[in-house]
Amino acid sequence: MAEIVIRNLRKEFGSFVAVRESSFTIGDGEFFMLLGPSGCGKTTTLRMIAGLELPTAGDILLDGENVAQVPASRRDIAFVFQMFALYPHMNVRQNLAYPLKNQGMARADIRRRVDEVARILGIVSILDSGVGRLSGGDRQRVALGRAIVREPKAFLMDEPLGALDAEFREHMAEELRALHNRMNATTVYVTHDQLEAMQMGDKIVVMNHGVVEQFGTPQEIYDHPATMFVADFIGSPPMNFLRFTGTFERGATSVHLSGVDIAVPELRQEAAGREIALGVRPEHVRLSDGGAYRGCVDATEYLGTTQIVTLQCDNGTVKARIPASQHAIIGETVGLEFSTATLSLFDAGSGRALVTAANEGAFRG
Amino acid sequence: MSAYSITEPSRRQKWIAGTLVILYALITMAPLAWIFLTGFKSPPDSISYPPKVVFTPTLEGYVNLFTTRSRQTREYLDSLGPARTWYEEIVRKREMVIAGPSKFGERFKNSVIIGFGSTFLSVFLGTLAAYGFSRFKVPLKDDLMFFILSTRMMPPIAVAIPIFLMYRSLGLSDTHLGMILLYTAVNISLAVWLLKGFIDEIPIEYEEAALIDGYTRLQAFYKVVLPQAATGIASTAIFCLIFAWNEYAFALLLTSGTAQTAPPFIPTIIGEGGLDWPAVAAGATLFLLPVLVFTILLRKHLLRGITFGAVRK
Repeated sequence: MAEIVIRNLRKEFGSFVAVRESSFTIGDGEFFMLLGPSGCGKTTTLRMIAGLELPTAGDILLDGENVAQVPASRRDIAFVFQMFALYPHMNVRQNLAYPLKNQGMARADIRRRVDEVARILGIVSILDSGVGRLSGGDRQRVALGRAIVREPKAFLMDEPLGALDAEFREHMAEELRALHNRMNATTVYVTHDQLEAMQMGDKIVVMNHGVVEQFGTPQEIYDHPATMFVADFIGSPPMNFLRFTGTFERGATSVHLSGVDIAVPELRQEAAGREIALGVRPEHVRLSDGGAYRGCVDATEYLGTTQIVTLQCDNGTVKARIPASQHAIIGETVGLEFSTATLSLFDAGSGRALVTAANEGAFRG
Repeated sequence: MSAYSITEPSRRQKWIAGTLVILYALITMAPLAWIFLTGFKSPPDSISYPPKVVFTPTLEGYVNLFTTRSRQTREYLDSLGPARTWYEEIVRKREMVIAGPSKFGERFKNSVIIGFGSTFLSVFLGTLAAYGFSRFKVPLKDDLMFFILSTRMMPPIAVAIPIFLMYRSLGLSDTHLGMILLYTAVNISLAVWLLKGFIDEIPIEYEEAALIDGYTRLQAFYKVVLPQAATGIASTAIFCLIFAWNEYAFALLLTSGTAQTAPPFIPTIIGEGGLDWPAVAAGATLFLLPVLVFTILLRKHLLRGITFGAVRK
């Protein structure tokens, strides 16, 4: 297994830049998520790590060796495709054996390895079936099997659960994570599903328009988004933004919006006369009659244990996640309270987070 | 009464459709049946008027097809003693003896060599070209594809005279190589276009999976792409073979001896007092067989090939 270092990676297709100067490090044995909306460059990045696309510029260090311009067949990396790409003219056993055959491994050894992998994945009973009639889950397992049978330096997965239905996806996600814990293999996983990324990843890179927006653990990214894009992309419903124009000193501990002072984590940088967005996650909003900042209840969505209340405030729409037992009556004006330590401030112009006592040091290169 | 369905044809509709298909088959099969039957008629039966549908079958046509014969006097024939083989006996009845084998076998062999040779070459080159056009960034790809297609826009026979002159000065006239190259040149555009369509439909992930699994591009091509493209290759091969096998005009113009194919040869089988119709029909019947067998062998692929892309998977 290996550590993968991505340094200033760039990919152009003609005049279109798919990936711009991206850098991040995938630690040995990490389950690493490449997250972003479609067209953000995450799949291109993964394909460059695999060697299916060669980067226009930049380095890919695989265990310290720069493989950026090395063809896929010589990188010793396994890839799980979204559509699985099982060889349709071979049965399951042949599919699993195919990567080994090329290495000139003895027939008996191949057989043993294939059987072992089939046991791990619970697909022994379908070894001699054709791949055409397999269920989605079994195809997925065979595709995984073909990846792990070779014991490669790293696994790359391109939305491997995307082709499965929702119910089964949950189950496969657990299986994948369990498999990873067992093998401890460096895994790079592309997804556009933020829940999947949070649920499975040790680390997440969030990309948008070919740029790495943020790189960190799920907690860091959720609690301290580096940009408004990340704040908006992660979490459901996403982070609320209360926009206002403000000036504050370094060391300020509150912001002033719509005549109300709201306590925020201590600012470690100054901002003068800029449009600012105060970011607050729905679960960090409390409805209380004592709250000075007021909003009018616009809608409620009942979710069982919690409910999402949509409020119209002077600085924008706020969604609050509150216990289902609490009453919120449409049309009523209520007070809002925010948990200070969890608030983020963004420069609404550039979209970047302002450094505060809470997120200082949370952003990695 | 069954419930009305818009997708499932009713019993009556099926019956009408079935009748139409059978009727159409009868009309198109009638000439073939006539050729087949004529092959087993005696020469007088074959030209009798009104035409005979009921007749005594004989292999005379087939014997005449494969032999050359010479007429002899009765005294000479009597002096020969009884015929040793069944075909000699047939010939003797017409007061003739077998002088030797005819050229049909050779011409048939030429057809096989040229037909299958050019089919192989067209499909081989076509597959490689189609793969390249399908998978790689080729400068001026669209223009090149159009150029390849455009070679089919003019009827090939329009360039018969230039080709005749060219072949004469290159020494390709009446050679197997010349005919193979000619038919390949005509077929290759069809092959490239058909096969590109088929290869485009094969998900590129299969090859990428093979590349990741440590195989080279060429290995991925013949171990993963080729088996997937088998259907397309088979139907392309049938189309190419049918053209090369049946081609008459160029064969008539460019071949006369060593490389002559069966189509221009068969109509030249002359009996006494005009064409030997049973022998011609026998030759035509035998000539139809290889394509028939080839098509039957590949019919599963062919059917899929014709309807290819009609339904999205």
